[in-house]
Amino acid sequence: MIDEGLKNELAKQGVVATSLQELYNWGRSNSVWPLSFGLACCAIEMIAASMSRWDISRFGSEVFRPSPRQADLMIVAGTVTKKMAPQVVRLYNQMPEPKYVIAMGACAISGGPFKQGYNVLKGIDRLLPVDIHIPGCPPRPEALLHALIALQEKIAGEKLTGPNRPRHLRADAPSEFPVPEFGPHDLVPPKNDALWKPIPFVRAG
Amino acid sequence: MNRPTPESFVVRPRVDHEGTELEGDMLEVSMGPQHPSTHGVFRMDVVLDGETVVKLKPVFGYLHRNHEKIAEGTSYLGSMPYTDRLDYFCSLTNNWAYALAVERLAGLQVPERAEYIRVITAELTRLQNHVGLCGFLLQDMGALGTPLMWAFRQREKVLDLFESLTGARMMCNYMRFGGCRCDLPAGWLEQARTVVADFPAFLREFETLLSGNEILMARTQGVGRLSPELAVAGSVTGPMLRASGVDYDVRKVDRYGIYDRFEFRVPLGDHGDVYDRYMIRVLEMHESLAILRQALKGIPGGPVIDPKAKLRGFRPKPGESYGRIEGPKGELGFYLVSDGGPNPYRYRIRPPSFINLTLLEDMCLGRSIADAVIILGSVDIVLGEVDR
Amino acid sequence: MAMPLPVLEELKSLLEAALPGVRTELVPNGPVPAQASLRVAPTDADAAARFLRDDPRLRLDTCSNVTGIDWPDREEKTTSKAIVDGVEKETVEIRRVPGYLEVVYHLYSVSLKHGPVILRQRTANRGDDCTVASLTPVWRGCEFQEREVYDLFGVRFAGHPDLRRILMWEGFLDHPMRRDYVAPDDHEYEPTPHDEVLALAKAHYPAPEAKP
Repeated sequence: MIDEGLKNELAKQGVVATSLQELYNWGRSNSVWPLSFGLACCAIEMIAASMSRWDISRFGSEVFRPSPRQADLMIVAGTVTKKMAPQVVRLYNQMPEPKYVIAMGACAISGGPFKQGYNVLKGIDRLLPVDIHIPGCPPRPEALLHALIALQEKIAGEKLTGPNRPRHLRADAPSEFPVPEFGPHDLVPPKNDALWKPIPFVRAG
Repeated sequence: MNRPTPESFVVRPRVDHEGTELEGDMLEVSMGPQHPSTHGVFRMDVVLDGETVVKLKPVFGYLHRNHEKIAEGTSYLGSMPYTDRLDYFCSLTNNWAYALAVERLAGLQVPERAEYIRVITAELTRLQNHVGLCGFLLQDMGALGTPLMWAFRQREKVLDLFESLTGARMMCNYMRFGGCRCDLPAGWLEQARTVVADFPAFLREFETLLSGNEILMARTQGVGRLSPELAVAGSVTGPMLRASGVDYDVRKVDRYGIYDRFEFRVPLGDHGDVYDRYMIRVLEMHESLAILRQALKGIPGGPVIDPKAKLRGFRPKPGESYGRIEGPKGELGFYLVSDGGPNPYRYRIRPPSFINLTLLEDMCLGRSIADAVIILGSVDIVLGEVDR
Repeated sequence: MAMPLPVLEELKSLLEAALPGVRTELVPNGPVPAQASLRVAPTDADAAARFLRDDPRLRLDTCSNVTGIDWPDREEKTTSKAIVDGVEKETVEIRRVPGYLEVVYHLYSVSLKHGPVILRQRTANRGDDCTVASLTPVWRGCEFQEREVYDLFGVRFAGHPDLRRILMWEGFLDHPMRRDYVAPDDHEYEPTPHDEVLALAKAHYPAPEAKP
């Protein structure tokens, strides 16, 4: 492992020293291709972020792919209804590893203002592993850019070896998640218990 | 009105150049709910013969987030922010339609300055909705990027006005029963006048590039025709109805608010095709600018909310009312039933983009699948309103 | 300028004169909105609707809005006071009023630019017989809206060409806009300041057993 100080000193002289891990993560984190996948109001702010004023291409993510097979990032932009939830999971399953999820807006995090709705999934965390949550209703485009930068930092910090290596380098980690089915009153199952472990709510009295 | 049968559009049996008959099956395609051209989570179940649409059934509900049920458990004022999220392009016109229905239910008056502010914000909303639609429609036609980027560049200028007035770009939550939430900030009118003064230059540029464009005309003229009789029977409203040549604009018919004080024309189409629907929106933007110029000139001083209006603990007397306005997508109505309690007993939205889809199949039958995409684009739907 | 519409009483007599045997009832509304409505029996609805659409004085060619309203069974209490043996006694009489589902149509005339005329139909009850006549054969614009009323309220429309669920999925059994619908219990963990949601979350977990 090369010393950080020496590395910086060398960089000033025009010599770049790097490791395979750094190079690999540098490349991945600067070309995150999102799935062009809008659910509701937040999708409009997502489009606004990709337009000239906010210009998401400054961060290497302007290539919105209509097909999940070509995408690295799923931005869950809007309310996930129970009728839509199986399709969201199916799309995620169709994305190749490594893949990441941003839950954009209050609805995708928890159901948001529509929490009481009978057809509203109370957060996409119940069915998919989420990497970044952005609060807001809807979050401004700057917030989406901030989330993207946070995701890039997360990717850049991933270790390729060792027990904490990311999911796509572990053979035993699942890359697909069960798709819920439509039941007579609700989704079956309504949530993925292996994935979603809420903090237990202690009922007083 | 007789509806066409799928069989009348089947072009089989086909023969090849040697005269031998070709075998072929109908192809069933499910477009959506994740599809780049469906403007959200809308799905069309299409049956194709070759590339010709012989059957098209829209499937809804992928964004059904129970707005009406939630509103029936919330106070009258508590539903105002939810109306923003109906048609999330046009929160201010949604606010107005809801406020209008409640004002009718409770018999509230609106001060004159507030009426002017409502007209100004509603017409600005119409501008940014129509400009966005033109961009998306061209995107559907394959003009990826440029027109949409131009449209959003212009839309951002209107959104900046909304943000300085209401604090939010999209979810404005600005109107109240009997007026508006707050007065205009200092310098806002000047800012708005600048945006309105600059808009025609943008429209000129947009139109020079696009309205006479040969590819655009070839793709849109004669596509998705809708006859005036069918449009009226199918409850189609808004720019889509006027593109079929029916002179019906709720701003002129109901004269709600203070629309009788402004001079503006109602543009009408001749053919009822996609091109007419596109042009109606462009022409309506010109008329909205005319209204805005008059309103920005004539806005008086005074309070912006009826001092007698009660925001908290608001309980209208038992009864029902239906209030409607001309939203950018069509007739947006709210039907409220009060039982005298703090919550509406029944709260119903008349969603224009949902009802305008009734005739989608009639417009698409016999056309190619690529035409179905732009016909849907020209209807101008927003899924938050379609599914509520 | 909008054509004046005949007032509703006049319209009612016009309709009953043109269609003998069709009974309609005027449903009043509060004085402020002043939008009274006309109730027709489901058996007469189609004929009445065709008259409203085709009569040259009315020409109500667009059905703008279709909606359902649920009126559940309710109990009416009447208190009567009587002096029995010099002592004032209160007797409370409880009467059960059966509920029904109501479908409301808002009609406008695009050609004569007047409206609305509000038409209502009622079902017999909320259980086994909740059928009304479909007005889709008269106005195409009712098609999806009647499907929505069927989906969310469970009103069956006789004569509808394609009566399927529209917003919820096929195989869903409930009618969620009814007043007595209970949503699935999925309020496990709610870090929210919203009192109602918090109460739902608390109710989701059983109460801890009392410690001895």
